[in-house]
Amino acid sequence: MKYLTEFRNGEIAQRMAREIAAITTRPWKIMEVCGGQTHSIIKNGIDQMLPAGIEMIHGPGCPVCVTPLELIDKALAIAAQPSVIFCSFGDMLRVPGTNMDLFQVKGAGGDVRVVYSPLDAVELAAKNPDKQVVFFGVGFETTAPANAMTVHMAKRRGLKNFSLLVSHVLVPPAISAIMSSPGNKVQAFLLAGHVCSVMGYWEYPPVAEKFGIPLVVTGFEPLDLLDGIRRAVVQLEAGKHVVENAYERIVTYDGNRAAQKMLAEVFEVTDRAWRGIGVIPKSGWRLSEAYREFDAEERFQISGIHTEESPLCRAGDVLRGAIKPAECAAFGKECTPRHPLGATMVSSEGACAAYYNYGRFISVEELAGAGSAIAH
Amino acid sequence: MCLAIPGKVEEITEENGLRVGRVNFGGVVKRVCLDYVPEVVVGDYTIVHVGFALSKIDEETAEQTLAEFKKMGILDQELESEEEAFVRAATAPQMACPDGSCSSE
Repeated sequence: MKYLTEFRNGEIAQRMAREIAAITTRPWKIMEVCGGQTHSIIKNGIDQMLPAGIEMIHGPGCPVCVTPLELIDKALAIAAQPSVIFCSFGDMLRVPGTNMDLFQVKGAGGDVRVVYSPLDAVELAAKNPDKQVVFFGVGFETTAPANAMTVHMAKRRGLKNFSLLVSHVLVPPAISAIMSSPGNKVQAFLLAGHVCSVMGYWEYPPVAEKFGIPLVVTGFEPLDLLDGIRRAVVQLEAGKHVVENAYERIVTYDGNRAAQKMLAEVFEVTDRAWRGIGVIPKSGWRLSEAYREFDAEERFQISGIHTEESPLCRAGDVLRGAIKPAECAAFGKECTPRHPLGATMVSSEGACAAYYNYGRFISVEELAGAGSAIAH
Repeated sequence: MCLAIPGKVEEITEENGLRVGRVNFGGVVKRVCLDYVPEVVVGDYTIVHVGFALSKIDEETAEQTLAEFKKMGILDQELESEEEAFVRAATAPQMACPDGSCSSE
């Protein structure tokens, strides 16, 4: 709770929390999809400000977390090759594969680079024609336009030594998978604000309709999150299920059509495995036929990778909202941010890591009691 | 990972057929692709993710969000240099942690 008083308009936040408490007559379970939102909720103690009946369930929206172990191992195998310059964002460096991570590959002599923009990797390819330059393209719809333009530019510039190791995942199929899973408890979703800045929210009305759930486009700052939660509760209490935009200063219904056009050209929808969840049909993007030659998996043909997830890890149950991180027997014991056993601990945007880093080692009920004691 | 950071466009040039801007994020300046925001001109604010501008926003929203993200430790992480990223990797188990608290075990 130490950050609670520090964030902008702390008093307004308290007032909004009281407003949510006043309109809540029944318990509701609301999932925030995005890992950035999870981090913000736990760090700012938003969940502890809410009335006891409102439970936040932390969704699978951390791309680093849901990247399959097998793909991490492929990345490490490619990065270790002497003719390769392997480029990534900084947040993949310490994600452990079966035996090591990218940072250790670099330590062992691999040419691993951290780039700010994927376009930097294209520049590296142009400057190093004798090397194969690979970019690790992981992310949701927010990151995909950058990677799409990057591959497009590599093609336009005729760079045969550039390729993309791609594992893009999509929010709407994940929501459908969660809603369709046996024992699902989620009754409303906060949609990821910046995903919607690209995609708009025109994809979501059929999802809200099909499952009868409120969907609220929500931002990342504490007041944004409280506003998104409040709007979801208003709908739940009224028995409504529509798509609402609580992030109007950033998100429009259409989203960024120029980006969507590039995405449609460079990528095509494919089934994707989500770490901790399994394969979700039509839940990701791969390079389209016209750009397939830039697919690092095809170019390097890495085989013989055998991965096995820890039998102790209950990331799937956490991602579905069946348990809270602290309810897993391995949490904070065999499984820590330094030695993560599974999806939700590998990045600080994962629910388990966020709980660990902000000292959430006790149960939800105890937290609710402690939260109300501190908040007043 | 999916956060977009607001910044002010200070200059627009063309590089390899792309519209590229110098964008200032509360003091840190980066080269940013503006192809997805053709409406943006010098002096405008835009939100940027991994070097790509995604939408135009107003100045007040931009400044408020910048201040908030700075306070939350997000800015340093999203805008860090390659050297800083490797230094952090050497000391912290998790790169996505914005305030370094992950290293306290």
